Amino acid sequence: MWKFTVRRLLISAPQILLLSIIIFWLAKQMPGDALTGLIDPNISAERKEEMREQLGLNNPWYIQYKDWLAGAVQGDFGESFRYKMDVSELVWQRIVNTFWLSLVSVFFIYAIGLPLGIISGRYNDKLIDQLITGYTYIGFATPIFIFGLVSLWVFGFMLGWFPTGGSVEPGLEPGTLEYILSKLQHLLLPSLAIALIGTVGTVQYLRSEIIDTKQKDFILTARAKGAPERRVYNKHIFRNSILPIAAFFGYEIVNLINGTIFIEQIFAYPGMGNLFIESILQRDFSVVTALVLITGVGAIVGALLSDIILSIVDPRIRIK
Amino acid sequence: MSNPLLEIKNLKTSFRIGEEYYAAVDDVSLTVNENEVLAIVGESGSGKSALAFSVMGLHNRAKIEGEILFKGNDIANLPPKKLNKIRGKELSMIFQDPLTALNPLMEVGRQIDEVLFLHNSKLPKAKRKEYIVELLERVEIPRPEHVYNQFPHELSGGMRQRVIIAIAIANQPELLIADEPTTALDVTIQAQILDLIRELKNDLNSGVILITHDLGVVAEMADRVAVMYAGQIVEVADVDMLFNNPQHPYTRSLLSSIPLLEDEQDRLHVIHGIVPSLKNLPREGCRFSARMPWIDDDVHEEHPELHEISPGHFVRCTCYKHFYFPEENKEDQSHDITQS
Ligand SMILES: Nc1ncnc2c1ncn2[C@@H]1O[C@H](COP(=O)(O)OP(=O)(O)OP(=O)(O)O)[C@@H](O)[C@H]1O
Ligand SMILES: [Mg+2]
Repeated sequence: MWKFTVRRLLISAPQILLLSIIIFWLAKQMPGDALTGLIDPNISAERKEEMREQLGLNNPWYIQYKDWLAGAVQGDFGESFRYKMDVSELVWQRIVNTFWLSLVSVFFIYAIGLPLGIISGRYNDKLIDQLITGYTYIGFATPIFIFGLVSLWVFGFMLGWFPTGGSVEPGLEPGTLEYILSKLQHLLLPSLAIALIGTVGTVQYLRSEIIDTKQKDFILTARAKGAPERRVYNKHIFRNSILPIAAFFGYEIVNLINGTIFIEQIFAYPGMGNLFIESILQRDFSVVTALVLITGVGAIVGALLSDIILSIVDPRIRIK
Repeated sequence: MSNPLLEIKNLKTSFRIGEEYYAAVDDVSLTVNENEVLAIVGESGSGKSALAFSVMGLHNRAKIEGEILFKGNDIANLPPKKLNKIRGKELSMIFQDPLTALNPLMEVGRQIDEVLFLHNSKLPKAKRKEYIVELLERVEIPRPEHVYNQFPHELSGGMRQRVIIAIAIANQPELLIADEPTTALDVTIQAQILDLIRELKNDLNSGVILITHDLGVVAEMADRVAVMYAGQIVEVADVDMLFNNPQHPYTRSLLSSIPLLEDEQDRLHVIHGIVPSLKNLPREGCRFSARMPWIDDDVHEEHPELHEISPGHFVRCTCYKHFYFPEENKEDQSHDITQS
């Protein structure tokens, strides 16, 4: 397993490097540079040139890239011209919020998806399966932002069960129980909105895996041993069907990033996705670049995580 | 005379296709005695597995009619709870493809342990492990302690089939059903596996149903043979009788399609066509008639029955009396094909 993990890590490194080059190049293509936000527009051309020289903006691209990368590794992405604060500091606050939102969403995705997928696969073609499959079709057809808007309107505004924005009640002391409860309360509706739509893939995938595994020869072997149906499902069918789902766990991260971008916007939740859209609209490019890089690395790490999880749960990979 | 171990009476196993049921096993009656190997032969699609699965209760959506008397009790359509008391214990099965018949995510030892645990949960785990290692030795697996903790994909096909056999014999079954146990293996391994099955049968005094389409295997292993075509038994006889004096046109075609090395091979007949699909099986008259169009239509019975032509030798339909191969002359047709 260690061999596999190390090899897999070695593959990820060049992926991340390539990603950083692409992002650096894209950043260079964007209008304006680090200077634009810093200086007084009325400054003389010579002074401007001097400052460009000082900031290394006249160096060949690979030197600039190296400097940029060195900064990025240390968490230095420059300054946000809109917030007038370090990008890293700004992004960090948002990441923490998005992390909590994602975590709770993942919890709901599996808490909803696993039982539904299992029931649907086990009783396929029965009424209960048709109902669940019906739900997954609706889930696939419903854009997440529409679903988010509707649930915000119904449960937030009409029924008033949930707060309609922010990540915590203002004025609460961090660390207190009330603070944590308030955070959870703010998380609940957006994460349920993400999960109810985001889980349908898991449900369908698990369903078809179970239907597939049910007809495998080793299930006949288990039955021929005299194993009762419950045991056949628990010991043989589920374990073999959940395997690919476990492997998908890492990719779920990518899925979440997509989900949170819309949902944070709709619920005015101060997370990364929300910041991302704001920053694009405000042309705050140092923030955009940092976010794209972080998201990209997140996706690569997610895929890495998937493969490592798979190698742990599947002995066929574990040995090799 | 005591009851036979297994007595199948007028078994009919039908599958639903669309709105209708089609019988894949149609009016089959058979017996298997203790310490006896009954071979079932027939081409692909003739219903051999459907028959075996009916006995094991492994069909999940089939309609099963008739009786399957195991030690005198009817086990056809037995509720799962009762069936699970005998499956894996008194009644067990070896499957065709060792590559897919084991759970890929479970250690070999645990897969054998499952069948012990299910039928004998009082036996302590350490004792079970001891016994499993013995079993692995019994099926001639080298380094059993090591194999105990291995996963199926780490073993060769032959080794996996031995594991499956170990599972099947773990509780010393009285009836063992082997559905083409060697088809997926190469020739040298085949012989070893067959030897093993024969030895185990003698040790345990069990009855064995051996399904195969390899007549060489039949000659080597079987005491009696049942030939199946299109869901029906067309001929049953002792193995010597069947090889020396085959009667049904289908049996004769099967036998004469084996190339004999020392022969000139001019008697190698090939039966054209295949077993029709379940939906298109002829349900009236002699089911094999379509594959011997050179034979007069009126030699067949309207409702072909099994005729006992000598003690223990049954043949379906009267057409066997008039059958000849197209290469032969109608005049000098003879029944006793002697296998030189
Ligand atoms: N579950 C099922 N549903 C519908 N039809 C089936 C089912 N199982 C078997 N059949 C059909 O029943 C017929 C007999 O199949 P069976 O598997 O018993 O043949 P077989 O003699 O074992 O052939 P083989 O030598 O290929 O294993 C075939 O036409 C097959 O398509
Ligand atoms: Mg078969």
